[in-house]
Amino acid sequence: MENKDKKELKVSAIKNGTVIDHIPAKNLFKVISILELQTIDTQITIGYNFESKKLGKKGIIKISEKFPDQKDLNKIAIIAPEAKVNIIKDYNVVDKKTVQVPDYVEGIIKCMNPKCITNHETVTTRFDVFKKNEVSLKCCYCEKITDQEHFELL
Amino acid sequence: MKNKSLISIHDYSKEDYLKVIEVASEFEKNTHKYGDLLKGRIVATLFFEPSTRTRLSFESAVQRLGGSIIGFSEAGTSSVSKGESLKDTIKTVTQYSDLIIMRHPAEGSARWASEVSGVPVINAGDGANQHPTQCLLDLYTIKQTQGKLDDLTITMVGDLKYGRTVHSLLQAMSNFRPRFRFVSPKELKMPQEYKLYLEQHNIEWSEHEDLQSVMTDSDIVYVTRVQRERFSDPIEYERVKNAYVVHKSMLEGTKPNLRILHPLPRVNEIHIDVDDTDKAYYFQQALNGVYTRMAIISLILGLK
Repeated sequence: MENKDKKELKVSAIKNGTVIDHIPAKNLFKVISILELQTIDTQITIGYNFESKKLGKKGIIKISEKFPDQKDLNKIAIIAPEAKVNIIKDYNVVDKKTVQVPDYVEGIIKCMNPKCITNHETVTTRFDVFKKNEVSLKCCYCEKITDQEHFELL
Repeated sequence: MKNKSLISIHDYSKEDYLKVIEVASEFEKNTHKYGDLLKGRIVATLFFEPSTRTRLSFESAVQRLGGSIIGFSEAGTSSVSKGESLKDTIKTVTQYSDLIIMRHPAEGSARWASEVSGVPVINAGDGANQHPTQCLLDLYTIKQTQGKLDDLTITMVGDLKYGRTVHSLLQAMSNFRPRFRFVSPKELKMPQEYKLYLEQHNIEWSEHEDLQSVMTDSDIVYVTRVQRERFSDPIEYERVKNAYVVHKSMLEGTKPNLRILHPLPRVNEIHIDVDDTDKAYYFQQALNGVYTRMAIISLILGLK
C-alpha cells in the first residue's frame, strides 16, 4: 500500500477527471494526439517513462474535469491496448474502464503503402482491424496491411 | 449486382461468380442478339495509365452491346495533367455517363472513385492491387474448358509473389474445392498469407521447383510472366528464366482436358510451339474477356 501511494505521488492526484494509465511510453505522445489533448483547456498532468513491470516503461495522463467517452477511448486501444482508465470524482476512483480495440478505424493512422490512394489524394483513411492482439489494420482502399510497428499518425 | 460497383474480387460471392459465368455464356452463344441491349447508355472508360488490351476488351464489350463510349486512354490527355484530383474527375464524369470503367496506378483508387461516384464503377486495375474482371474471365475460361469449376487441379507457374491475377484466382477458386500446385523461382514464391488462406479453407496445395513433374496431373496450368526487374540478383534471373517456360514437348503425357492459360501479354514463358496445340487456350481466354465484361456491365446496369 505504501509503495503504491508513493508511486501515485509521482504525478499529483486530481480531484475530478480521468486518469489513463499503462500507456506504452513510446506511444504516450501518440495517445495525447489521438485524444487531441492539446485542445483541452483544463489541467493535464503527464508522466513519461515511469517504470512498469508489464510494459517496461509507461506513460500516464491525468486530465482534470474531462471524461472522454468510451468511443474516443477505444481509439487509443490500437496503440495502447492495455491502457487502464480510472474515472475520478472527489479524489476517489468511481469507475474503472479498459479500452477495447475497435473493429474499424477511421482516420488517425496513415496507410503504410506508399502507392495507396490515401497517400496521394485527400482521402480519410479507413481500416478494418485485421488482428486485435498486436493490432494490425487492413486498408479498405488498397487492401494492404499496416502493422503496429508502422503505425504513423495522421 | 445491380448498381453495385465491382472493385475487388471480394465484392462478389460464389453465386455472383456463377451468375456472371451464366450470362457470359449466353452472350457467347448469341453475341449478335444483344446489339441493342446498351442502346442509349454511355460508358466512360477512364484509363489513367495505358493498358491497351484491357481497354480494348472493355470497349469491344460495350460496343457489342450497342453502348456508346467516352473517355481517355492515358492521363496525359485528361485534365489530370492540369492537376485535377481523381475525386473531381470522377464527380464530373459521373454527370456524363451511366457507368465508369477505370484503371489507375494508385492502389485503392477504384474504391475511392466508387465512393465519390454517382454511377457504378468497374475497376480495370488499380496498381498492383485488384483487377477483378480478369479473375472473372479466368473463372469463365476454366468452366468453359473443363465443363465445371469443382475439384480441379490448378498449377500456377511463374511470378506467384507479385502476380495479382494468381492471388485473385486462388481466392476465387477456393470456393470450388481445388488442388493447387505452385511452381516458381524461390524469389517469387506464393506469399505466406495466401498459403495460410488455403490452410484456413482446408485446400490442398504444394510447392514445386520442377514444372514438368506437375504437368501430368494438372487440369489447368496458369502461366504468368517472370520479370527480370523482380530479381535482386540478375545472375539468379539468368539461371532460372528458362526453368519456367512451357514447351510443346512438356505436353506429352498430360491429361486430355489440360489447358494452358495466361493473362497475357506473354513474353517467352510459353514457347510459341505451344500455340498450335489444342492445349493452348490463352487467346480464347482473351476473347472470353469480352463476353465476361459484357456480362458484368449488363448485370451492373440491371439489363440482365
